[in-house]
Amino acid sequence: MGVTVIDYKAGNLTSVLKALRHLGAEPEVTDGDLAPVESAERIVLPGVGHFAATERLDATGLTSAIRAAIARGVPFLGICVGMQWLYSGSSEAPSQPGLAHFTEQCARFPESHEKVPHVGWNSLEVRPGSRLLAGVEPGEFVYFTHSYKAPVTVDTAATTFYIESFASAVERGNVMGVQFHPEKSGATGLKILRNFLSFDQKGTA
Amino acid sequence: MITKRIIACLDVHGGRVVKGVQFVDIIDAGDPATQAARHAREGADEIVLLDITATHEGRATLLDTVRRTARELFVPFTVGGGIRSADDAAQVFEAGADKVSVNSAALADPMLIDAIGRSFGAQAVVVAIDARRDPNTADPVRNAQVFVQGGRKPAGRRVVEWAREAEDRGAGEILLTSMDSDGMRTGFDCELTAAVSEAVGIPVIASGGAGTVDHFTDVFGRGKADAALAASIFHFGVSSARSLKQELAKAGISMRLPC
Repeated sequence: MGVTVIDYKAGNLTSVLKALRHLGAEPEVTDGDLAPVESAERIVLPGVGHFAATERLDATGLTSAIRAAIARGVPFLGICVGMQWLYSGSSEAPSQPGLAHFTEQCARFPESHEKVPHVGWNSLEVRPGSRLLAGVEPGEFVYFTHSYKAPVTVDTAATTFYIESFASAVERGNVMGVQFHPEKSGATGLKILRNFLSFDQKGTA
Repeated sequence: MITKRIIACLDVHGGRVVKGVQFVDIIDAGDPATQAARHAREGADEIVLLDITATHEGRATLLDTVRRTARELFVPFTVGGGIRSADDAAQVFEAGADKVSVNSAALADPMLIDAIGRSFGAQAVVVAIDARRDPNTADPVRNAQVFVQGGRKPAGRRVVEWAREAEDRGAGEILLTSMDSDGMRTGFDCELTAAVSEAVGIPVIASGGAGTVDHFTDVFGRGKADAALAASIFHFGVSSARSLKQELAKAGISMRLPC
Protein backbone atom coordinates (compact mmCIF):
# COMPACT_ATOMS: atom_id res chain seq x y z
CA MET A 1 0.00 0.00 0.00
CA GLY A 2 1.55 3.23 -1.14
CA VAL A 3 1.19 6.37 0.94
CA THR A 4 3.02 9.67 0.62
CA VAL A 5 3.78 11.36 3.94
CA ILE A 6 4.41 15.08 3.89
CA ASP A 7 7.27 16.35 6.07
CA TYR A 8 7.06 20.09 6.66
CA LYS A 9 9.63 20.09 9.46
CA ALA A 10 7.08 20.60 12.21
CA GLY A 11 7.83 17.91 14.72
CA ASN A 12 8.41 14.29 14.47
CA LEU A 13 7.21 11.83 11.83
CA THR A 14 8.57 8.67 13.43
CA SER A 15 5.37 7.58 15.16
CA VAL A 16 3.18 8.11 12.10
CA LEU A 17 5.59 6.21 9.85
CA LYS A 18 5.86 3.41 12.39
CA ALA A 19 2.08 3.01 12.59
CA LEU A 20 1.68 3.05 8.79
CA ARG A 21 4.43 0.44 8.38
CA HIS A 22 2.89 -1.68 11.14
CA LEU A 23 -0.28 -1.78 9.00
CA GLY A 24 1.66 -2.97 5.96
CA ALA A 25 1.97 0.34 4.14
CA GLU A 26 5.13 1.53 2.45
CA PRO A 27 5.31 5.23 3.24
CA GLU A 28 7.34 7.58 1.08
CA VAL A 29 8.35 10.84 2.74
CA THR A 30 8.71 14.14 0.91
CA ASP A 31 9.81 17.47 2.33
CA GLY A 32 9.62 19.38 -0.93
CA ASP A 33 10.00 16.98 -3.84
CA LEU A 34 6.66 17.20 -5.67
CA ALA A 35 6.94 13.90 -7.59
CA PRO A 36 5.80 11.69 -4.67
CA VAL A 37 2.71 13.89 -4.35
CA GLU A 38 2.02 13.89 -8.09
CA SER A 39 2.13 10.08 -8.17
CA ALA A 40 0.63 9.51 -4.72
CA GLU A 41 -1.85 6.73 -4.08
CA ARG A 42 -2.72 8.35 -0.76
CA ILE A 43 -1.40 11.34 1.15
CA VAL A 44 -0.94 11.80 4.89
CA LEU A 45 -0.14 15.23 6.31
CA PRO A 46 0.88 14.76 9.95
CA GLY A 47 1.63 17.65 12.19
CA VAL A 48 2.37 18.61 15.69
CA GLY A 49 3.33 22.09 16.65
CA HIS A 50 2.48 25.50 15.29
CA PHE A 51 0.12 26.35 12.42
CA ALA A 52 2.71 28.84 11.10
CA ALA A 53 4.92 25.87 10.14
CA THR A 54 2.52 25.08 7.28
CA GLU A 55 4.06 28.10 5.47
CA ARG A 56 6.68 25.63 4.28
CA LEU A 57 4.01 23.82 2.26
CA ASP A 58 3.40 27.00 0.27
CA ALA A 59 7.10 27.80 -0.09
CA THR A 60 7.95 24.36 -1.48
CA GLY A 61 4.99 24.17 -3.86
CA LEU A 62 3.54 21.24 -1.94
CA THR A 63 0.28 23.14 -1.34
CA SER A 64 -0.46 23.33 -5.07
CA ALA A 65 0.60 19.73 -5.63
CA ILE A 66 -1.65 18.54 -2.79
CA ARG A 67 -4.55 20.62 -4.13
CA ALA A 68 -4.14 18.96 -7.52
CA ALA A 69 -3.91 15.48 -5.97
CA ILE A 70 -7.09 16.10 -4.00
CA ALA A 71 -8.83 17.21 -7.21
CA ARG A 72 -7.73 13.92 -8.82
CA GLY A 73 -9.49 12.08 -6.01
CA VAL A 74 -6.41 10.91 -4.11
CA PRO A 75 -7.39 10.04 -0.52
CA PHE A 76 -5.95 12.64 1.85
CA LEU A 77 -5.65 12.47 5.63
CA GLY A 78 -4.55 15.42 7.75
CA ILE A 79 -3.58 14.75 11.36
CA CYS A 80 -3.73 17.39 14.11
CA VAL A 81 -2.32 20.61 12.56
CA GLY A 82 -2.59 18.70 9.27
CA MET A 83 -6.37 18.60 9.77
CA GLN A 84 -6.51 22.28 10.75
CA TRP A 85 -4.61 23.15 7.57
CA LEU A 86 -7.60 21.88 5.53
CA TYR A 87 -9.57 24.91 6.78
CA SER A 88 -9.16 28.56 5.72
CA GLY A 89 -6.76 29.29 8.54
CA SER A 90 -6.24 29.38 12.28
CA SER A 91 -6.11 32.17 14.83
CA GLU A 92 -2.82 30.59 15.91
CA ALA A 93 -1.17 32.19 12.84
CA PRO A 94 -3.70 34.59 11.31
CA SER A 95 -1.46 35.63 8.41
CA GLN A 96 -0.89 32.03 7.25
CA PRO A 97 -3.68 30.71 5.03
CA GLY A 98 -4.76 27.09 5.09
CA LEU A 99 -5.85 25.04 2.08
CA ALA A 100 -9.44 26.32 2.47
CA HIS A 101 -10.91 23.01 1.36
CA PHE A 102 -13.25 23.64 4.27
CA THR A 103 -14.09 27.33 4.49
CA GLU A 104 -14.24 27.72 8.28
CA GLN A 105 -11.48 28.95 10.59
CA CYS A 106 -9.79 27.13 13.45
CA ALA A 107 -9.61 28.86 16.79
CA ARG A 108 -8.20 28.42 20.27
CA PHE A 109 -10.33 26.83 22.96
CA PRO A 110 -12.19 29.60 24.81
CA GLU A 111 -11.05 30.64 28.27
CA SER A 112 -12.53 28.48 30.99
CA HIS A 113 -11.52 26.78 34.20
CA GLU A 114 -10.24 23.84 32.11
CA LYS A 115 -6.62 23.58 31.09
CA VAL A 116 -5.45 24.34 27.56
CA PRO A 117 -3.88 22.41 25.83
CA HIS A 118 -6.41 19.60 25.74
CA VAL A 119 -4.11 16.65 26.45
CA GLY A 120 -5.18 13.07 26.93
CA TRP A 121 -7.69 10.44 25.93
CA ASN A 122 -11.17 11.67 25.03
CA SER A 123 -14.11 10.01 23.34
CA LEU A 124 -15.46 10.25 19.80
CA GLU A 125 -19.10 10.72 18.90
CA VAL A 126 -19.05 9.46 15.33
CA ARG A 127 -21.64 10.81 12.92
CA PRO A 128 -23.39 8.32 10.63
CA GLY A 129 -21.85 7.75 7.23
CA SER A 130 -18.18 8.35 8.03
CA ARG A 131 -16.05 5.91 6.07
CA LEU A 132 -12.86 6.90 7.84
CA LEU A 133 -14.38 6.05 11.21
CA ALA A 134 -16.23 2.92 10.11
CA GLY A 135 -16.21 0.35 12.89
CA VAL A 136 -15.47 2.92 15.63
CA GLU A 137 -18.06 2.36 18.35
CA PRO A 138 -19.73 5.25 20.19
CA GLY A 139 -17.51 6.49 23.00
CA GLU A 140 -14.26 4.91 21.81
CA PHE A 141 -11.24 6.88 23.06
CA VAL A 142 -8.42 8.51 21.13
CA TYR A 143 -5.42 10.60 22.18
CA PHE A 144 -5.44 14.39 21.77
CA THR A 145 -2.87 17.09 22.34
CA HIS A 146 -3.84 20.53 20.98
CA SER A 147 -4.90 24.07 21.88
CA TYR A 148 -6.66 24.99 18.63
CA LYS A 149 -9.61 23.19 17.06
CA ALA A 150 -12.03 23.21 14.15
CA PRO A 151 -15.72 24.09 14.47
CA VAL A 152 -18.57 21.59 14.10
CA THR A 153 -20.09 21.85 10.58
CA VAL A 154 -21.91 19.66 8.05
CA ASP A 155 -18.57 18.08 7.10
CA THR A 156 -17.79 17.01 10.67
CA ALA A 157 -17.33 13.23 10.91
CA ALA A 158 -16.96 13.06 14.69
CA THR A 159 -17.30 15.45 17.58
CA THR A 160 -15.56 15.49 20.93
CA PHE A 161 -16.40 17.53 23.99
CA TYR A 162 -13.76 19.54 25.84
CA ILE A 163 -14.86 22.96 27.10
CA GLU A 164 -17.18 22.85 24.09
CA SER A 165 -18.03 20.50 21.27
CA PHE A 166 -15.47 20.59 18.46
CA ALA A 167 -14.77 18.67 15.27
CA SER A 168 -12.47 15.77 16.17
CA ALA A 169 -12.74 14.43 12.61
CA VAL A 170 -13.76 15.92 9.27
CA GLU A 171 -14.57 14.10 6.05
CA ARG A 172 -15.91 15.08 2.65
CA GLY A 173 -15.30 12.63 -0.18
CA ASN A 174 -11.60 11.86 -0.40
CA VAL A 175 -10.54 14.60 2.04
CA MET A 176 -10.31 13.64 5.69
CA GLY A 177 -8.79 15.00 8.84
CA VAL A 178 -8.47 13.98 12.48
CA GLN A 179 -7.62 16.30 15.34
CA PHE A 180 -6.41 13.41 17.47
CA HIS A 181 -3.35 11.23 16.91
CA PRO A 182 -4.43 7.88 15.45
CA GLU A 183 -0.80 6.73 15.56
CA LYS A 184 -0.93 7.10 19.36
CA SER A 185 -4.50 5.95 19.98
CA GLY A 186 -4.01 2.24 20.46
CA ALA A 187 -6.27 -0.23 18.66
CA THR A 188 -8.87 2.44 17.82
CA GLY A 189 -6.27 4.61 16.10
CA LEU A 190 -4.86 1.71 14.11
CA LYS A 191 -8.39 0.78 12.98
CA ILE A 192 -8.86 4.33 11.64
CA LEU A 193 -5.52 4.31 9.82
CA ARG A 194 -6.34 0.87 8.40
CA ASN A 195 -9.62 2.28 7.06
CA PHE A 196 -7.73 5.15 5.42
CA LEU A 197 -5.20 2.81 3.82
CA SER A 198 -8.06 0.79 2.31
CA PHE A 199 -9.26 3.80 0.29
CA ASP A 200 -8.02 4.35 -3.22
CA GLN A 201 -8.41 7.02 -5.81
CA LYS A 202 -11.38 5.41 -7.57
CA GLY A 203 -13.19 4.33 -4.44
CA THR A 204 -13.19 7.76 -2.89
CA ALA A 205 -13.74 10.02 -5.87
CA MET B 1 -15.24 13.65 28.30
CA ILE B 2 -11.52 13.92 28.93
CA THR B 3 -10.22 11.10 31.09
CA LYS B 4 -7.56 11.05 33.77
CA ARG B 5 -4.48 9.22 32.58
CA ILE B 6 -2.71 6.30 34.22
CA ILE B 7 0.89 6.35 33.07
CA ALA B 8 3.16 3.37 33.50
CA CYS B 9 6.68 4.44 34.36
CA LEU B 10 9.72 2.32 33.63
CA ASP B 11 12.83 3.42 35.48
CA VAL B 12 15.67 2.05 33.39
CA HIS B 13 19.22 1.45 34.52
CA GLY B 14 21.74 -0.18 32.22
CA GLY B 15 19.00 -1.21 29.78
CA ARG B 16 16.90 -2.97 32.48
CA VAL B 17 13.78 -1.84 34.30
CA VAL B 18 14.54 -1.25 37.98
CA LYS B 19 12.73 -0.03 41.03
CA GLY B 20 14.33 1.66 44.00
CA VAL B 21 13.08 3.01 47.29
CA GLN B 22 13.76 6.76 47.43
CA PHE B 23 16.17 6.30 44.51
CA VAL B 24 18.39 3.74 46.30
CA ASP B 25 18.20 -0.04 46.92
CA ILE B 26 17.62 -0.72 43.22
CA ILE B 27 16.18 -4.09 42.16
CA ASP B 28 15.72 -5.62 38.69
CA ALA B 29 12.20 -5.66 37.22
CA GLY B 30 12.62 -6.79 33.64
CA ASP B 31 13.13 -5.81 30.01
CA PRO B 32 11.86 -2.31 29.04
CA ALA B 33 10.36 -3.28 25.66
CA THR B 34 8.54 -6.28 27.14
CA GLN B 35 7.31 -4.30 30.13
CA ALA B 36 6.12 -1.35 28.03
CA ALA B 37 4.19 -3.62 25.66
CA ARG B 38 2.63 -5.43 28.60
CA HIS B 39 1.53 -2.20 30.28
CA ALA B 40 0.00 -0.89 27.06
CA ARG B 41 -1.81 -4.20 26.54
CA GLU B 42 -3.06 -4.11 30.12
CA GLY B 43 -4.57 -0.67 29.73
CA ALA B 44 -1.91 1.92 30.56
CA ASP B 45 -2.78 5.21 28.83
CA GLU B 46 0.81 6.20 28.32
CA ILE B 47 4.34 4.92 28.87
CA VAL B 48 7.24 6.85 30.38
CA LEU B 49 10.78 5.52 30.25
CA LEU B 50 13.24 7.27 32.54
CA ASP B 51 16.90 6.44 32.28
CA ILE B 52 17.62 7.08 35.92
CA THR B 53 21.36 6.75 35.65
CA ALA B 54 21.97 8.83 32.54
CA THR B 55 22.33 12.23 34.14
CA HIS B 56 24.76 11.65 36.92
CA GLU B 57 26.85 9.13 35.08
CA GLY B 58 26.99 11.41 32.08
CA ARG B 59 25.72 8.81 29.65
CA ALA B 60 23.56 9.46 26.65
CA THR B 61 20.04 8.06 26.73
CA LEU B 62 19.90 4.47 25.63
CA LEU B 63 18.70 5.04 22.10
CA ASP B 64 18.59 1.34 21.30
CA THR B 65 16.33 0.69 24.26
CA VAL B 66 14.08 3.53 23.15
CA ARG B 67 13.96 2.25 19.58
CA ARG B 68 13.19 -1.29 20.68
CA THR B 69 10.53 -0.14 23.15
CA ALA B 70 8.86 2.21 20.67
CA ARG B 71 8.68 -0.32 17.86
CA GLU B 72 5.31 -1.86 18.69
CA LEU B 73 3.97 0.80 21.04
CA PHE B 74 0.92 2.76 19.82
CA VAL B 75 0.22 4.85 22.89
CA PRO B 76 2.10 8.05 23.82
CA PHE B 77 5.70 7.34 24.78
CA THR B 78 7.85 9.73 26.81
CA VAL B 79 11.59 9.33 27.36
CA GLY B 80 13.70 11.12 29.95
CA GLY B 81 17.21 10.95 31.31
CA GLY B 82 20.38 12.45 29.93
CA ILE B 83 18.72 14.86 27.49
CA ARG B 84 20.93 17.93 27.63
CA SER B 85 20.40 19.58 24.26
CA ALA B 86 17.90 19.93 21.44
CA ASP B 87 20.14 17.53 19.50
CA ASP B 88 19.87 14.90 22.25
CA ALA B 89 16.09 15.37 22.11
CA ALA B 90 16.07 15.04 18.32
CA GLN B 91 17.84 11.66 18.57
CA VAL B 92 15.32 10.42 21.12
CA PHE B 93 12.40 11.55 18.92
CA GLU B 94 14.01 9.91 15.92
CA ALA B 95 14.24 6.68 17.94
CA GLY B 96 10.48 6.77 18.47
CA ALA B 97 9.65 8.90 21.52
CA ASP B 98 6.65 11.22 21.28
CA LYS B 99 7.74 13.43 24.16
CA VAL B 100 10.96 14.02 26.02
CA SER B 101 11.22 14.71 29.70
CA VAL B 102 13.90 17.17 30.79
CA ASN B 103 14.94 17.76 34.36
CA SER B 104 18.36 18.88 35.56
CA ALA B 105 19.53 20.03 32.12
CA ALA B 106 16.55 22.40 31.94
CA LEU B 107 17.42 23.79 35.37
CA ALA B 108 21.00 24.37 34.27
CA ASP B 109 19.87 25.93 30.99
CA PRO B 110 16.16 26.84 30.95
CA MET B 111 16.46 27.86 27.27
CA LEU B 112 16.54 24.12 26.54
CA ILE B 113 12.76 24.08 27.09
CA ASP B 114 12.28 26.86 24.53
CA ALA B 115 14.62 25.16 22.06
CA ILE B 116 12.95 21.74 22.11
CA GLY B 117 9.48 23.32 22.05
CA ARG B 118 10.37 25.41 19.02
CA SER B 119 11.58 22.42 17.03
CA PHE B 120 9.12 19.74 18.14
CA GLY B 121 6.15 21.59 19.63
CA ALA B 122 5.20 22.27 23.23
CA GLN B 123 3.27 18.98 23.40
CA ALA B 124 6.60 17.16 23.07
CA VAL B 125 8.25 18.77 26.10
CA VAL B 126 7.63 17.44 29.59
CA VAL B 127 9.46 19.22 32.38
CA ALA B 128 10.14 16.81 35.22
CA ILE B 129 10.49 18.30 38.66
CA ASP B 130 11.84 16.37 41.64
CA ALA B 131 10.39 18.09 44.67
CA ARG B 132 10.75 18.00 48.42
CA ARG B 133 8.67 19.90 50.92
CA ASP B 134 10.66 22.42 52.91
CA PRO B 135 9.83 21.52 56.53
CA ASN B 136 11.87 24.40 57.90
CA THR B 137 9.44 27.03 56.66
CA ALA B 138 5.96 28.17 57.65
CA ASP B 139 4.48 26.78 54.40
CA PRO B 140 6.38 23.60 53.48
CA VAL B 141 4.23 23.06 50.34
CA ARG B 142 4.45 26.57 48.87
CA ASN B 143 8.15 26.57 49.66
CA ALA B 144 8.83 23.06 48.38
CA GLN B 145 12.26 22.91 46.76
CA VAL B 146 13.44 21.50 43.46
CA PHE B 147 16.12 18.80 43.68
CA VAL B 148 18.50 17.50 41.02
CA GLN B 149 20.83 14.55 40.52
CA GLY B 150 18.26 11.96 41.42
CA GLY B 151 17.17 13.86 44.51
CA ARG B 152 20.67 14.33 45.86
CA LYS B 153 21.14 18.05 45.50
CA PRO B 154 18.89 21.11 46.01
CA ALA B 155 18.62 23.26 42.89
CA GLY B 156 17.88 26.45 44.78
CA ARG B 157 14.48 26.89 43.13
CA ARG B 158 10.97 26.76 44.53
CA VAL B 159 8.83 24.13 42.83
CA VAL B 160 5.80 26.30 42.06
CA GLU B 161 7.91 29.08 40.55
CA TRP B 162 9.96 26.68 38.43
CA ALA B 163 6.77 25.03 37.14
CA ARG B 164 5.42 28.44 36.11
CA GLU B 165 8.66 29.35 34.36
CA ALA B 166 8.65 26.00 32.53
CA GLU B 167 5.13 26.70 31.29
CA ASP B 168 6.09 30.22 30.16
CA ARG B 169 9.02 28.78 28.23
CA GLY B 170 6.77 26.38 26.37
CA ALA B 171 6.61 23.15 28.35
CA GLY B 172 3.58 21.06 27.47
CA GLU B 173 3.27 19.15 30.74
CA ILE B 174 4.79 19.02 34.22
CA LEU B 175 5.85 15.69 35.70
CA LEU B 176 5.98 16.31 39.43
CA THR B 177 7.71 13.73 41.60
CA SER B 178 7.52 13.98 45.34
CA MET B 179 10.88 12.80 46.62
CA ASP B 180 9.37 12.56 50.09
CA SER B 181 6.84 9.97 48.90
CA ASP B 182 8.70 8.21 46.09
CA GLY B 183 8.82 4.45 46.49
CA MET B 184 7.14 4.58 49.90
CA ARG B 185 3.68 3.39 48.76
CA THR B 186 2.10 5.74 51.30
CA GLY B 187 0.28 7.94 48.77
CA PHE B 188 1.01 10.89 46.50
CA ASP B 189 1.77 14.31 47.93
CA CYS B 190 -1.67 15.70 47.09
CA GLU B 191 -1.13 19.13 48.65
CA LEU B 192 2.01 19.74 46.62
CA THR B 193 0.41 18.38 43.43
CA ALA B 194 -2.62 20.65 43.89
CA ALA B 195 -0.39 23.67 44.53
CA VAL B 196 1.46 23.10 41.24
CA SER B 197 -1.66 22.16 39.26
CA GLU B 198 -3.40 25.38 40.35
CA ALA B 199 -0.34 27.46 39.51
CA VAL B 200 -0.05 26.37 35.86
CA GLY B 201 -2.40 26.01 32.90
CA ILE B 202 -0.77 22.87 31.51
CA PRO B 203 -1.40 19.29 32.65
CA VAL B 204 0.36 18.03 35.76
CA ILE B 205 1.37 14.40 36.10
CA ALA B 206 1.68 13.32 39.72
CA SER B 207 4.40 10.88 40.65
CA GLY B 208 5.77 9.24 43.74
CA GLY B 209 4.08 7.23 46.45
CA ALA B 210 1.40 5.17 44.73
CA GLY B 211 0.54 2.07 46.73
CA THR B 212 -3.23 1.64 46.67
CA VAL B 213 -6.21 2.53 44.49
CA ASP B 214 -7.31 5.13 47.02
CA HIS B 215 -4.05 6.99 46.52
CA PHE B 216 -4.98 7.53 42.87
CA THR B 217 -8.54 8.59 43.72
CA ASP B 218 -7.02 11.09 46.12
CA VAL B 219 -4.51 12.62 43.71
CA PHE B 220 -7.12 13.00 40.93
CA GLY B 221 -9.51 14.56 43.46
CA ARG B 222 -7.91 16.87 45.97
CA GLY B 223 -4.53 16.61 44.25
CA LYS B 224 -6.05 18.05 41.04
CA ALA B 225 -3.70 15.92 38.95
CA ASP B 226 -4.43 15.38 35.26
CA ALA B 227 -2.47 12.15 35.15
CA ALA B 228 -0.68 9.89 37.58
CA LEU B 229 2.50 7.96 37.16
CA ALA B 230 2.99 4.56 38.67
CA ALA B 231 5.87 2.17 38.65
CA SER B 232 5.87 -0.15 41.63
CA ILE B 233 2.13 -0.78 41.69
CA PHE B 234 2.39 -2.35 38.24
CA HIS B 235 5.41 -4.51 38.80
CA PHE B 236 5.53 -8.04 40.14
CA GLY B 237 1.85 -8.62 39.34
CA VAL B 238 0.57 -6.34 42.10
CA SER B 239 -2.08 -4.95 39.79
CA SER B 240 -2.66 -3.98 36.18
CA ALA B 241 -3.54 -0.59 34.78
CA ARG B 242 -6.87 -2.03 33.63
CA SER B 243 -7.93 -3.27 37.06
CA LEU B 244 -6.71 -0.02 38.62
CA LYS B 245 -8.75 1.98 36.10
CA GLN B 246 -11.84 -0.15 36.66
CA GLU B 247 -11.60 0.53 40.40
CA LEU B 248 -11.08 4.25 39.80
CA ALA B 249 -14.07 4.38 37.44
CA LYS B 250 -16.20 2.83 40.20
CA ALA B 251 -15.00 5.63 42.46
CA GLY B 252 -16.30 8.17 39.92
CA ILE B 253 -13.01 9.08 38.20
CA SER B 254 -13.28 9.44 34.43
CA MET B 255 -11.16 6.72 32.79
CA ARG B 256 -10.48 5.34 29.32
CA LEU B 257 -12.45 2.09 29.52
CA PRO B 258 -12.66 -0.44 28.04
CA CYS B 259 -8.98 -0.34 27.23
